[in-house]
Amino acid sequence: MQMLLPQRLRHVKLALFAAALSPLLHVVYLGVQDRLGANPIEFVTRASGDWALYFLCFTLTITPLRRFTGMNGLLKLRRMLGLYTFFYACLHVVCFLWFDHFFDVEAMWRDVLKRPFITVGFAAFVLLLPLAATSPDRIRRWLGRRWAVLHQLIYLIAVLAVLHFWWMRAGKNNLADPLLFGAVIALLLGYRLVDRWHAYQASHRPD
Amino acid sequence: MLIRRVRFVQPPASEITPRPLAESRRLFLGQLAAGALSVSGLPVALSAEGSSRSLSATLNPTYTAKDKPTRFDDASTYNNFYEFGMDKADPAMYAGSLKTRPWAVRIDGEIKKPLTLDLDALLKLAPLEERLYRLRCVEGWSMAIPWIGYSLAELIRKVEPTGNAKFIEFSSLADPAQMRGVNSRVLDWPYVEGLRLDEANHPLTLLCLGMYGQVLPNQNGAPVRLVVPWKYGFKSAKSIVRIRFTEQQPRTAWGRAAPEEYGFYSNVNPEVSHPRWSQATERRIGEDGLFTRKRKTLMFNGYPEVGSLYAGMDLKKFF
Repeated sequence: MQMLLPQRLRHVKLALFAAALSPLLHVVYLGVQDRLGANPIEFVTRASGDWALYFLCFTLTITPLRRFTGMNGLLKLRRMLGLYTFFYACLHVVCFLWFDHFFDVEAMWRDVLKRPFITVGFAAFVLLLPLAATSPDRIRRWLGRRWAVLHQLIYLIAVLAVLHFWWMRAGKNNLADPLLFGAVIALLLGYRLVDRWHAYQASHRPD
Repeated sequence: MLIRRVRFVQPPASEITPRPLAESRRLFLGQLAAGALSVSGLPVALSAEGSSRSLSATLNPTYTAKDKPTRFDDASTYNNFYEFGMDKADPAMYAGSLKTRPWAVRIDGEIKKPLTLDLDALLKLAPLEERLYRLRCVEGWSMAIPWIGYSLAELIRKVEPTGNAKFIEFSSLADPAQMRGVNSRVLDWPYVEGLRLDEANHPLTLLCLGMYGQVLPNQNGAPVRLVVPWKYGFKSAKSIVRIRFTEQQPRTAWGRAAPEEYGFYSNVNPEVSHPRWSQATERRIGEDGLFTRKRKTLMFNGYPEVGSLYAGMDLKKFF
């Protein structure tokens, strides 16, 4: 499966699209059945945040996975995973704005500025905006090399996301999940560092 | 854990116990417990008729809040009780392993009459009252729960504190064999909480043995816990095994873990925000839903009568 055939790619993309939407559909289903537990709002806020983090990991996994498997077609799925990261992050922010502040934008800003864990999370979200906005092919072509430079922001976003999650949980010392997430991100970013180090060495090796 | 949370979002259909089955299992376990009890002599406060878990008490109208009681299902499945795990659903899932009989509470320290009380002695110590209290969690949610118990002052009177007694320290059980969460190092076990002696003597401070007309469910701190309604929920120690009267302010579990976030007093106070979030508003479980604003948090959780305990104190400093 070095190269996905166009027909095959369409099917794979469709399946991925549906699979990536299923966490949302599941929460909606539970909501309709009144099965979101005693604190539905917390449930929805956490679920959307969790899934934004998961999709961030999935997105960052594409490059190493492609390298290890030689399946270059995987690259064609990365944009969708990235956009789903943005999608669940949007839902997470909407939860915060809607449920925590009932669309009181001023109160939201106070919260964002006053509480470091929200500041960091919000910064990660804001940084996602240009990445999502520059995802269409036409804009990407227009940006050329600059596109790749811009999209390196995802590494910073990943670090901010870990920090946001860790800080949020630190208040109750409940750090098992953030540690696991942090380890996964560290692995994914560490792989890239090592990769670049090797590339740098190779290009500077004296003949 | 990340992986477990995914599963929690959607347990396979095969893992969901049908409600009637779950209830009959509960009843069965109750009957089992009753059988065991009848051998050792049924405690007087456990009524003979109806469910063996039922606990009769006289309603105390003075301490019955106007609030609508939270549904029992919510109050017994959404718990912070780290001894059984950190997820809110963990206590209900894993507290079944807690053995609440026999149970002994050691009472010692700066008192003239140190003693150890078993559960029956605690149940008989004073007439049981039902009181509907608001419960405000430090995390920003709240409930209204009909507790059963009596003022802790009744017990304090019996043990005769010495002139040195200034504080009371409450320790919870920390048995890794019964409490899976104690294996984690999230807190320095056992869970320790404390009150100033005058706070402990306030009639609102409840030594609690039941809720919703029943003995306490394990996940709610069975068989005996504290309820201090004007303080954040974590101040109300659960599954208490030791009550120690001290001259020095007790070093509480949360105070040791994060002193800048959880003060010794931890009175509900909308003016003093937690470092991570505002305490000005709260969400009442089961009432404040998707389309309603959160409600305003009241000073001392709406129990202004305790204000005199803190006269002259800077509550921002002594948070």
